[in-house]
Amino acid sequence: MPKMTVDPYYCKGCGLCIKACPKKIIRFSEEINAKGYHYAECFDQDSCIACKLCYVTCPDVAITVEK
Amino acid sequence: MAQKVLMKGNEAVAEAAIRAGCRLYFAYPITPQSELIEYMAKMMPKVKGTFIQAESEVAAINMVYGASGCGRRVMTSSSSPGISLKMEGLSYIAGAKLPAVVVNIQRGGPGLGDIQPSQADYFQATKGGGHGDYRLIVLAPNSVQEFADMASEAFDLADKYRNPVMLLADGLLGQMMEPVEFKPAKTEEEIEKLNKQHYDWCMRTNEDGDDRHHHEINSLELDPNVLEKHVLSLHEKYKDIQKNEVRYEKINVKDDNEILCVAYGTASRIVKSAITELQKEGHSVGLVRPITVWPYPSEVIANSITKKTKKVIVFELSLGQMVEDVKLAVNGKLPVDFLGRAGGIVFTPDEVIAKIKESL
Amino acid sequence: MQVIAQRPKSLRDIPFTYCPGCLHGVAHRLIAESMDELDIRNKTMGVAPVGCSVFAYKFFDCDMAQAAHGRAPAVATGMKRSRPDMCVFTYQGDGDLAAIGTAEIVHAANRGENITVFFVNNAIYGMTGGQMAPTTLPGMKTSTSPYGRDADDIGYPIKASELLATLEAPYYIERVSLLSPQEILKAKKCVHSALKYNKEKRGFTFIEFISTCPTNWGIEPIKSRDWARENMLKFFEIGCFRDKSKTVEGGK
Ligand SMILES: Cc1ncc(C[n+]2csc(CCOP(=O)(O)OP(=O)(O)O)c2C)c(N)n1
Ligand code: SF4
Ligand code: SF4
Repeated sequence: MPKMTVDPYYCKGCGLCIKACPKKIIRFSEEINAKGYHYAECFDQDSCIACKLCYVTCPDVAITVEK
Repeated sequence: MAQKVLMKGNEAVAEAAIRAGCRLYFAYPITPQSELIEYMAKMMPKVKGTFIQAESEVAAINMVYGASGCGRRVMTSSSSPGISLKMEGLSYIAGAKLPAVVVNIQRGGPGLGDIQPSQADYFQATKGGGHGDYRLIVLAPNSVQEFADMASEAFDLADKYRNPVMLLADGLLGQMMEPVEFKPAKTEEEIEKLNKQHYDWCMRTNEDGDDRHHHEINSLELDPNVLEKHVLSLHEKYKDIQKNEVRYEKINVKDDNEILCVAYGTASRIVKSAITELQKEGHSVGLVRPITVWPYPSEVIANSITKKTKKVIVFELSLGQMVEDVKLAVNGKLPVDFLGRAGGIVFTPDEVIAKIKESL
Repeated sequence: MQVIAQRPKSLRDIPFTYCPGCLHGVAHRLIAESMDELDIRNKTMGVAPVGCSVFAYKFFDCDMAQAAHGRAPAVATGMKRSRPDMCVFTYQGDGDLAAIGTAEIVHAANRGENITVFFVNNAIYGMTGGQMAPTTLPGMKTSTSPYGRDADDIGYPIKASELLATLEAPYYIERVSLLSPQEILKAKKCVHSALKYNKEKRGFTFIEFISTCPTNWGIEPIKSRDWARENMLKFFEIGCFRDKSKTVEGGK
């Protein structure tokens, strides 16, 4: 089962992964991280197709994708 | 027994550097140091070393930074206008605590000036030149033999203190031929050992059996508190250098000196011959010759003044730069007088004698 | 379950100091991934520039030197000549490489120095707060070209890849874009090739990244990529300017 996780330690909430995701299953979290950013999170892991485009586009290398 | 050979200062210092284990040399041509770069171009390939004629003195000093960051004995050389261009790099090298040797064959300035011997880069060498709170160790030879000896000493000092060392000579010393006897050349094993001394800080991935390191060769620190600590640590090092590394020569310094002279490098040779002449006439004149112009032999100068001394006279091939350090050393105890020539003109022994006689 | 994408080992566990959405981070990742794939993490030394990527010396998990503004290719030369066994790379911005460091890059390339230069072109000085760069586009407003870059007065942007491609020595020169995932995937191949050629000691390799500066352009990250696509790519054409592996003598 594909799974995408964002490490809030690295994420700066730029939103580039949200734009990249073909399944539109990434959003900003309600929570903020230590730096005060609403980090990205996947709200529908079941729909993830492990295309890695979120990972590819993330400038802060915050994303891990599993399959 | 080692044999004496007749050599120009520029060539002798290059040969001595290679013998001392320098295997990388980067420089840009400029008169009156061109024999140095040409010697390196000829000899470095013979010891499987690296010679690069860089695109500028700026590039050359930054190549030095890179090679030194890898823990290698590395040298560059130039003459005054080119040394100005190296000042940026020297500040970074000092800030990153890297050893390096830089030779300055001074010529007349300011600006493009001329190509005659001069000592007008004293301020630049001893008081900074580049930006920030740093010091160079500055050695000032006055003979071809001493110039050659200093090359290996400069590398040792640079390694010992992880600090850039400048050999401050001038066009006369660079071009002049004198007999010189070299120390035996270091073997490749000895050179490797020297490089290994740097293994606690240099970039050395895959060299020490360990396949990966993260060393940072760096002079940046944005936190002012951390940067201050770093600068204070440099400052402690400079205090050690001042305590341990002052070098000087006393010539005819005696209790009955009427006049005490201070001169370094080429100027000191002329003052020395003037003193010999004056001695024949029955005058007692002493000379303190700083060999390190930083750290400065202030105490030696102060202690060379006796009850008989009427005056201290400083001789320089500039319009007066080191004279400020002598005044600090003498600290108002005696008048400090000065003779200097500018524009690359070297004073004669007669001019020196006349100057001293004014006060006898 | 199997991890199919994660932080490369060649990056240290330190968050980048770049602004949100700044593509410097993507360039870093491509380099680090290629280092992992080529298994050269233990054979690589890098040089960080002056610019926003000044802290690159902290980010890569290998020996790193920090160079004075523009001097990275000279520093890398000193390193490579000291350690011919290592892969040496520099990472430089457009001010660093194409203004203050023009002499150093041209001559390192001209010597065919066995190093890889990663050049991030974002058409502006990021770190100092958005001044005009040698790559600033004609008409583009910056804090030091407040009325727009006047090409008649201050000249046209420098095309670094084309400039270096006039030299004989360079082995590989390519300009790539980081403006979309698809382009990033293409860029990755080029970064990989450059470091592969480096590992094989083939000569000087150069990758120019078309990047963004959302902060100083004053355009939010996603739109800044659109802006770059519409404006920068017209002037800075994506493509390979030299690849000697594709010529008879270079492909050895
Ligand atoms: C000798 C020198 N001059 C000027 C500066 C100030 N400075 C720091 S970064 C920079 C511009 C960097 O721009 P660029 O290379 O485009 O990199 P970016 O920040 O956009 O990534 C300047 C001018 C400096 N550090 N050193
Ligand atoms: S891997 Fe693809 S589908 Fe899954 S979250 Fe990332 S971009 Fe979306
Ligand atoms: S100022 Fe511009 S180039 Fe620098 S980190 Fe921010 S967005 Fe990136």
